[in-house]
Amino acid sequence: MDAWRVEVTPKEGFPDPGGVSAKAALRRAGLELAGAVRSFRGFLLGAELDEAEVSAFAREALCDPVNERVAILAPGQGPARPARRVSIVPRPGVTDPVAHSVQKALRDSRRPVVPVASYRAYEVSDAVPAAALAAAAERSLAKTVIHQIVVDAPPASLPGPGGAPDLRVHPVPLRTLDAAGLVALSRDGGLALTEREMLAIQAHYAGLGRDPTRLELETLAQTWSEHCKHKTLTGRIRFGDQVIENLLASTIAHVTHTLAREFCVSVFKDNAGVITFDDDDCVCIKVETHNRPSAIEPFGGAGTGVGGVIRDVLGTGLGARPVASTDVFCFAPPDLPDARLPKGCLHPRQILEGVVAGVRDYGNPMGIPTVNGAIHFDEDFVGNPLVYVGNIGLLPRDKVHKQARPGDRIVAVGGRTGRDGIHGATFSSLELHTESETLSSGAVQIGDPITERKVMDAVLRARDEGLFTALTDCGAGGFSSAVGEMAEGLGAEVQLAEAPLKYAGLAPWEIWVSEAQERMVLAVPPERLARLLELCAEEDVEATAIGTFTDTGRLVVRHGETVHGEMDLHFLHKGLPVFERAAVWHAPELADPVLPPETDLPGALLAVLADFNVASKEWVVRQYDHEVQANSAGKPFVGVQRDGPADAAILAPKLGSRRGVVLGNGLNPRYSRIDPAAMAECALDEALRNVVAAGGDPERTAVLDNYCWGDTAKPERLGELVRASFALRDLALAYRTPFVSGKDSLKNEFRDGARTITIPGCILVTALSVVPDVARTLTSDLKAAGNLLVLVGVTKAELGGSVYWKRKGHLGRSVPRVDPAAGKATLDGVARAIQAKAVRSAHDLSEGGLGAALAEMCIGGRLGVRLDLAKVPRGDGVAAPELLLFSESQSRFLLEVPEDRLADLQANLHGVPHAVVGVVRAEPEFLVVDGTRELVELPLDRLVRAWKQPLDFEGTLTGGGA
Amino acid sequence: MSRPRALILRAPGINCERETFDAFERAGAQSEYLHVKRLVSRPAELERFAILAVPGGFAYGDDIAAGRVLAHELRQHAGDQILGFLERGGLVLGICNGFQVLVRLGLLPRTGGGPLRQEVTLTHNLSNHYECRWVTLKTVASRCTYLPPGLVLRVPAAHGEGYLACPDERFARLLTDEGYQTFVYVDERGAATTRYPHNPNGSPHGIAGLTDASGRVLGLMPHPDRAYLGHHMPEWRRDGLAPEGDGMLVFREMVRAAAGEA
Repeated sequence: MDAWRVEVTPKEGFPDPGGVSAKAALRRAGLELAGAVRSFRGFLLGAELDEAEVSAFAREALCDPVNERVAILAPGQGPARPARRVSIVPRPGVTDPVAHSVQKALRDSRRPVVPVASYRAYEVSDAVPAAALAAAAERSLAKTVIHQIVVDAPPASLPGPGGAPDLRVHPVPLRTLDAAGLVALSRDGGLALTEREMLAIQAHYAGLGRDPTRLELETLAQTWSEHCKHKTLTGRIRFGDQVIENLLASTIAHVTHTLAREFCVSVFKDNAGVITFDDDDCVCIKVETHNRPSAIEPFGGAGTGVGGVIRDVLGTGLGARPVASTDVFCFAPPDLPDARLPKGCLHPRQILEGVVAGVRDYGNPMGIPTVNGAIHFDEDFVGNPLVYVGNIGLLPRDKVHKQARPGDRIVAVGGRTGRDGIHGATFSSLELHTESETLSSGAVQIGDPITERKVMDAVLRARDEGLFTALTDCGAGGFSSAVGEMAEGLGAEVQLAEAPLKYAGLAPWEIWVSEAQERMVLAVPPERLARLLELCAEEDVEATAIGTFTDTGRLVVRHGETVHGEMDLHFLHKGLPVFERAAVWHAPELADPVLPPETDLPGALLAVLADFNVASKEWVVRQYDHEVQANSAGKPFVGVQRDGPADAAILAPKLGSRRGVVLGNGLNPRYSRIDPAAMAECALDEALRNVVAAGGDPERTAVLDNYCWGDTAKPERLGELVRASFALRDLALAYRTPFVSGKDSLKNEFRDGARTITIPGCILVTALSVVPDVARTLTSDLKAAGNLLVLVGVTKAELGGSVYWKRKGHLGRSVPRVDPAAGKATLDGVARAIQAKAVRSAHDLSEGGLGAALAEMCIGGRLGVRLDLAKVPRGDGVAAPELLLFSESQSRFLLEVPEDRLADLQANLHGVPHAVVGVVRAEPEFLVVDGTRELVELPLDRLVRAWKQPLDFEGTLTGGGA
Repeated sequence: MSRPRALILRAPGINCERETFDAFERAGAQSEYLHVKRLVSRPAELERFAILAVPGGFAYGDDIAAGRVLAHELRQHAGDQILGFLERGGLVLGICNGFQVLVRLGLLPRTGGGPLRQEVTLTHNLSNHYECRWVTLKTVASRCTYLPPGLVLRVPAAHGEGYLACPDERFARLLTDEGYQTFVYVDERGAATTRYPHNPNGSPHGIAGLTDASGRVLGLMPHPDRAYLGHHMPEWRRDGLAPEGDGMLVFREMVRAAAGEA
């Protein structure tokens, strides 16, 4: 369709930051540019408008009168002036919220509401070849799965109508297929079903005397996907001569059931884990992974991951109010040389920047603070970056339970359904490879946080008015999973012709499995339907009844008069054959390196601080709004210049109350290369240490597990996972921390020709503690000269997997392990001492050991220290200063203690190894001695620079010096 | 003293309405939410209120430009009523995105006191990205009579488009010299600054907030609504936990002024 083009660009004399950053991005992508790049915001408006209307509307609503000018091109007219330029246009069907807002502005100005699309354009003053510009734009400015790139010619036409849909039923003839045929059918259809599963489906339909319809087969594939059913972890595993019937039940859930902690309200049942908060509310928490979409399209993948986990919390019980988000990422190092980048992978820096922008541009507009996180770098994440997204919410205690009833209407609320995100659930169960980017683009989506915010506001109001009996989010599998799940034990009839669509042309099965974002499904009693629709209209939210829950035990899906699926819900939910996998564990053959004594401890300390895994993540974190909702009682960066790292986020989520939540996490996949059991233990210990260091209560802490692994169809991979799970179980039992929720992502391998890149097995542990008063929480920055430094815990010869050895190019073997009894005593003792107000600041020791932890406390407080290594409590044979400074032994804390509180501290730490190891000094110097021997004397500003510079991508945080 | 009624505007993408509501209540006002759909269909509702607050957020996703779509909607459907509200002595507050809305609506700085016409703009930070960090503000002598000059307050800023651009330097001078600037970003010595990070967006003369010719409209980029309780403040573990945060001052002074005129 022909269209008017309106292009807005900064006036002469005003800055063009969009042009400046586009130039920088194009140059990073290898395009040689000397001159300026000019940016344009473009709009295509339907040709039905006349010129006067377009002109007046553009000046009134599209162009800023102070710093912008506008150019208007009539339909069919060529470019305003010949120039080398690149335009970036959303592909047809990609969410374009700007276009909707322009249409709203047209309506507000009482003009005809015509079709609209938005785009961006950049004009370069250099005479670069068109192909080079397109290639560089594709690498840096556009996201090819959602954008088209147009060089020189301005984009001319609006996306046309979607065409006529294919409304046929499409039976899938599989009764006659042999096993190989079934496998081929699954593979070619992107169904990710195994031979056994296909055989079970075949047998079921043979019993019915018919073939499944395409919609039915798609429904089974979505519902039975690894993503939805966790087949590996709940299936049968042969581990050596042991048979594990259900790994999840015998490890994670076993801990929770054995401990039976009174604060657990709803675990492993709902979208999120629910624990008690105060007399009126519970707090619920969920952490998801969104790895696959983020590998293909980091911005959209991460953004929709955030959106999805927010809906998980919103869909918990009868609807929880999201109050905070967490994000943890694993990437390859951002300075990876191009030569080491496998074909088909985005560069890790591009992934990092895209993921961060995606989290920022979803979380911030949602008005949910992003308060906690971590980033870990390791080259084996090059093909499979990990993106963990978490959310916590408040849920009234009388709204914890939900149950749809026969007769309740099925109401879709929120975004419209489009062709986006088809096969997301099954895609996540396949291996990525060089061609994935082009093959899987349908699984990638762009989020629209404002729509989700409106849905959230409407759902929470409807909850308070009691307008629905159950709800769930539309996530993986779309309506098929959401309705299928809510109808379990009931039955449902669905009319797909009622579902509001983004554009025409969707086949019924596509409507049914589309994972279009920002949708919730509610079960609404018929007598409340009118009020619900009215309330949604008040909130500017689309809501449509698309069916009714029944008591037939059958799921009947129609489009118009035609039945596209009629399924037995029992078979859908319980018909999945038991999954069986083999697992083996062989300890890798490793040895500790034999190294000469360290001759440059100051240099080693600076190198450890500058390691990407230790260095400040401030450039990332400042892009997230961590203050919205006014519930922050402990910031991500602390201290006099607010640039010291916090161990955990501290929230007071109810305005006016000081009752709080302390939120921490632990993860270190590097240890997995030596022993996955150590990795698992250390993740749990670190999460608990973080929470305790910030003033949390280890006796009132719930935890979550998120597994990301290589291909667990391989017995070696699964053996690692089993070993890690056993270790996690044992330590969680000792720590009395119940798991309340978890998730897994089990096929993180990348095939690059003959080479397979496997991620190291990785468990993220998230810990949440409820505290009665945030006034009793604390931060890691040193507070006052003269205070004593107390090291709690024993330093052992555990440099295996450490940052110190990594900097020297070694992995080693002596990985840290956790002593459960000693670890528990340490956590409890430190928590007691903090509650007794004996401690001014606390920090846990993790990557980089004592040296990194103490430096971070100094940076926060801008104070110096004198540390005496001779005083450090230690294991047998530990003497070398580098071992004492950089060993990553677990269950250790550094505490800052006023001299007159020392006796009190010692009383609370009775039975826990600890010692005064140093003193805080006003002089900004970092001094380390071993008895009488001086080892390190560094000015504080060198530590600040070493720690802050590596990930300060724009140089803004360290540009002015320390 | 009666409790002035504060209209807390809701709209798609506004996301700081709960804390703004609560801060006004604690300052002595009676807060009430009103959705913009209702306000534009019945603009006379404004007559029930003494204060109109446009909270922060991303109204309509900040599509087209920050605050643009909401400003356009308000101007088209309730512009006259908002001017009438001011003439009757009503007070208006815009925080962050709400400030951007008031600027694009033409309510700030409205130097001539005439019809609604956008005179300045809030555009991309010189750093060219969104950033959340605590800043220190100082109030300066201005037309806004209820804000005493010389007060220092620490509040978080969280925006990507807070750079105040004027048509020319002469206009910027007019803002500073004729009492339209209300808050400035200050450095460690307490002096107005354009320097990052004390001034997170680089605004000329350190301008962080504006008032209008009548002194009854106030807008600022940083968030007093996130700094009104003691535990909101970033350094209470060093300085001691106060009963309330620095940002409370803005709400209290405003409510006091509204009550005095009511």
